[in-house]
Amino acid sequence: MLNTLLKAEHDKLGASFTEFGGWEMPVRYGSDIDEHHSVRTGCGLFDISHMAEIRVTGEAEDFLDYALISKLSEIDNGRAKYTMICDDQGGIIDDLIVYRLDDDEFMIVANAGNQHQVVEALNSRLANFPDTKVVDESGMWSLIAMQGPKTKELLGPLVDVDLTVLKYYSIAAAVLDGNDVFLARTGYTGEDGFEIFVSGNPSSIWQLLLSQEGVSACGLACRDTLRLEAGMPLYGHELNKDLTPFAANLGKVIRFDKPAFVGKEALDRDKRPEQRLFGLQGDGRRAARADYEIFLPGETESIGKVTSGVLSPTLQVPIALALLDSNTGLEIGSEVEADVRGTRIFYKVVELPFYKRGR
Amino acid sequence: MANPENLKYTKEHEWLLIEDDIATVGITKYAADALGEIVYVDLPKVGSEAAHMKICGEIESTKSVGELYAPMDGEITEVNSALDQAPDRVNKDPFGDGWLIKIRYTSLPDFLSSTEYDALVGE
Repeated sequence: MLNTLLKAEHDKLGASFTEFGGWEMPVRYGSDIDEHHSVRTGCGLFDISHMAEIRVTGEAEDFLDYALISKLSEIDNGRAKYTMICDDQGGIIDDLIVYRLDDDEFMIVANAGNQHQVVEALNSRLANFPDTKVVDESGMWSLIAMQGPKTKELLGPLVDVDLTVLKYYSIAAAVLDGNDVFLARTGYTGEDGFEIFVSGNPSSIWQLLLSQEGVSACGLACRDTLRLEAGMPLYGHELNKDLTPFAANLGKVIRFDKPAFVGKEALDRDKRPEQRLFGLQGDGRRAARADYEIFLPGETESIGKVTSGVLSPTLQVPIALALLDSNTGLEIGSEVEADVRGTRIFYKVVELPFYKRGR
Repeated sequence: MANPENLKYTKEHEWLLIEDDIATVGITKYAADALGEIVYVDLPKVGSEAAHMKICGEIESTKSVGELYAPMDGEITEVNSALDQAPDRVNKDPFGDGWLIKIRYTSLPDFLSSTEYDALVGE
């Protein structure tokens, strides 16, 4: 198992660890629910150095327009886009955030568990782009996410750029504690916040950020409950190679107006998959978990399964994302039942996200 | 936290305090830590029958679901109803306020001593 460069810091803080995408990652430092609330109300610090960083240079915008489903040529320097890389059947290889660093330079952040599949897929698509280079830089970057409504005021005084002008889904080079870093206003928690790309040893930056009043170290357990409340998919749960972006309600990420891109024909043929993701909300304190079956009320034939489910720490009710048959007439407000280890629990289909931050 | 010497233990990471014909049962600190933050505890009804090694309750954390096995035959005489409102007591004080059930036992299988349990969980 791989360790991030911050392993010693996590040990010092008494973290519990879990395996994730081939990495030994902090799952919680104390209470994952307290960590969750600290991100919703204050500021939480995450080590997400397991994420993969892939730099694309040269004829990069034309190449990415072909290799990914979105139109990356359209975004300005310093901006970011959420997108996906699909196979030629339209199946999702990974979901990605792509940052445009310069006219001819992009940085892709992919999930740790998909690093090799993404790098391999990108390389295999290079044939008609002799002047484009794909370099897996995962080994040289640490990534620290600082998330929550107080992040901007806590991070602002420590960097040489004005964070109030760095828009959501933007990235800028900055100096933090004497280190050259990239600051991106992106995240995976449903809160405002920043992701900090650090080359070299990130320990002093981690310590500096954590020493700010009101910053809590946060593990992957609360990262998962935060992203689920925000209705964000997690690869391996809501997304996989057997599903297309349409199944994840992310068809709008696809740009069919591009002349060609990998997966275009297959995606164009089938825009109405048999199953798609729904948001479910229940009451009480028992939560349906991943893989639990969902039924129409009183029925015995399953219409699909939960992909992620938890008792929402913010809303204090069970929430779930579920991959359900799309021909069952489900709409917002429809009732369904989850089989929670032999007991039927009521859920309602609700709008996503479950939680939206105030502006 | 050490595993208290006055308690007995099971391989299912439960502890027992045996006083006269009543056994108080909880899960160990090791088990509570492994489960993560506990958000819901489903306990058997008072008066129901407990059967050795049969599931009699569930402990849910943010990440997972753990099963509570009856450590012996007997009758449930009391459950920790304070856990309905404060399930995190199981994390905060697993050997004390976080107890789960009391059983009037009719059989007493072999349990592990604290030393044997320490060895099981590598402490």
